[in-house]
Amino acid sequence: MQHLRKVSPLVWLFAGIAFPFVISDPTYTTIAIFALLFAAAASAWNIFSGYTGYIALGHAAYFGIGGYALAIICQHWQIPGGYTPFYLVPLCGLLAAIASVPLGAIALRTRRHTFVVITIATFFILQLLSYNLRSLTNGSSGIDFPLILQWAPGFYNLPFYYVALLLTVLALGVSWFVRHSKFGLGLLAIRDDEDRALGLGVRTGSSKLIAFVISAFFVGMVGAVYSYFLGSVQPSFTFDALFDVAIALMVFMGGIGTLTGPILGSLVLESSQQYAALNFTQGSGGLYLIMYGSLFLVVILLLPQGIVPSAKALWARYQATHTASVLPDPSGSGGANPVARSAPGDGMGLATPREEAKA
Amino acid sequence: MTTMLQIAGVVAGYDGSDVLKSVDMTVETGSITCIVGPNGAGKSTVLKTISGLLRPRLGTITFLDKPIQGFSPRAVLETGIVQVAQNHSLFNEMTVQENVRLGAYLLNDRARIDRALAEVEDLFPIVHERAHEKAGNLSGGQQRLVEFARCLMLNPKLILLDEPSMGLDPRTLKAVFDTVKMMQASGRTILLVEQNVKTGLGASTHGVVMESGKVRLTGSSAEILHHPEIGHLYLGGTLEDANTAEGSPPASTSAPAAQR
Ligand SMILES: Nc1ncnc2c1ncn2[C@@H]1O[C@H](COP(=O)(O)OP(=O)(O)OP(=O)(O)O)[C@@H](O)[C@H]1O
Ligand SMILES: [Mg+2]
Repeated sequence: MQHLRKVSPLVWLFAGIAFPFVISDPTYTTIAIFALLFAAAASAWNIFSGYTGYIALGHAAYFGIGGYALAIICQHWQIPGGYTPFYLVPLCGLLAAIASVPLGAIALRTRRHTFVVITIATFFILQLLSYNLRSLTNGSSGIDFPLILQWAPGFYNLPFYYVALLLTVLALGVSWFVRHSKFGLGLLAIRDDEDRALGLGVRTGSSKLIAFVISAFFVGMVGAVYSYFLGSVQPSFTFDALFDVAIALMVFMGGIGTLTGPILGSLVLESSQQYAALNFTQGSGGLYLIMYGSLFLVVILLLPQGIVPSAKALWARYQATHTASVLPDPSGSGGANPVARSAPGDGMGLATPREEAKA
Repeated sequence: MTTMLQIAGVVAGYDGSDVLKSVDMTVETGSITCIVGPNGAGKSTVLKTISGLLRPRLGTITFLDKPIQGFSPRAVLETGIVQVAQNHSLFNEMTVQENVRLGAYLLNDRARIDRALAEVEDLFPIVHERAHEKAGNLSGGQQRLVEFARCLMLNPKLILLDEPSMGLDPRTLKAVFDTVKMMQASGRTILLVEQNVKTGLGASTHGVVMESGKVRLTGSSAEILHHPEIGHLYLGGTLEDANTAEGSPPASTSAPAAQR
């Protein structure tokens, strides 16, 4: 089992690398690109919102900044279509991250509920700016990316696919690293009880801000790649209010605060939405909203913790009952928690310090 | 004996109204000093003021000859003072081990944190036994032990304990106080708050009686226990009641909180 756990990430990575060779139809690789980009964004969003418990609903602002940054840079320096724009993606993420420092600092001056409202407001302010800063953004007509004429139709999706995969792996890696670091421990403490965290010496203000900026950095990079793939930026769809709803839903569905939940949620949701949009074209815009809404209800009602934690609990229960048939007393399993509250447990935990005191 | 902590003329409160009205007290090095007093006397507020969760409006707090009033909680921790708060102060959604590790949040040296963890696991086997269980799933007594384990992670000089006996059965309570004595025996100084005069002072070397944001009596715990005034001040009766009620603790919570 232990062994399997160490191997399975590599298996997934290999599957991710091999995918476009197994399924080379551009229709499906296109879906995969969108799904992976959302997976990267959801994973990054989770680093902030999942670990700190502060729900941010304005990350579309950083998605938009990333997209616009790349479009403006390409236009201004007349960068040709091809690989070069990809090298500028980290710079776009950096610009989004820089913008997120003051915006995050302002929003994080407030506690949870007000915070949500302020993040939404920052998004609308930035969308408004993209309409109105015409000299920079070209207003409502937007900016086109340079065409990539040299890539054959069969090849076109591949670079985007691998960049999206790389972003997902990086976001997941950072998420893993944060989750297993002291910094991440502080974030979880903030989620549980901010004042107690403060009392233990956690720098709550700067910890939250750092997590916020990390998530904005990745979302900015995703915005840049996404927009480049679409071929243009425009205020209405590069600054998309539904982006945050989608991300939040994906993360909640997969399991907020977990490592793999956001990835799973976005792969499932984004690919099924793209698939539906392709196959039921009439009125697809409305259709996926209805789908989002109903899915959200189903998730909240049936899997309030999300897929990953629920599946883990199911697996634990299965194992408990499974070992029960072998071992008559399965008291060591997770299902025995209520039992732990009774007196015998107390005695065990307390015995040694008492002896220690005598010695 | 030398003085470890000295509080002089401290005035502090919440939202403009003063709860502590010029508090003076000292904590001797190596002592277990117990603050007793009725509900709302300001006992927890004293601890919060020391640990930096609350800034005093006036007065000085001197720890090892250095002023620490107005320090941030983090800066206070760095001087070697840790607090275990009243009520359940663990992070319920996090595992036992994560909770204990958080006790060493100030440290950056991973090896040192691991060593500290191994040491407290020796003292409190439950930290190891239930390491990956959610702290919220432990019983009240077990949570107390994990809180103690967490507060030892920084190897503190002074430990502030707010009502460690709260909600514990007599047997667990005894074990908890044994643990307090063990922590003292290992060279730490302890300042604790207790509702229960007899248990609290019985387990301490020094006592401080508070009422309505002021210190009314200080002395050795024996002196306080036998002071004729304490019965009137605190129990609304005589001390004889407290002494004769063998086994069952005095009904301290039924004392009227007159100062509200
Ligand atoms: N966070 C707070 N905000 C506002 N007022 C508070 C706060 N905490 C305590 N107080 C007030 O300060 C006064 C003293 O409270 P404190 O908690 O210090 O009392 P205590 O002696 O610890 O009582 P108890 O034995 O009930 O724990 C009370 O009148 C209380 O209402
Ligand atoms: Mg109190």
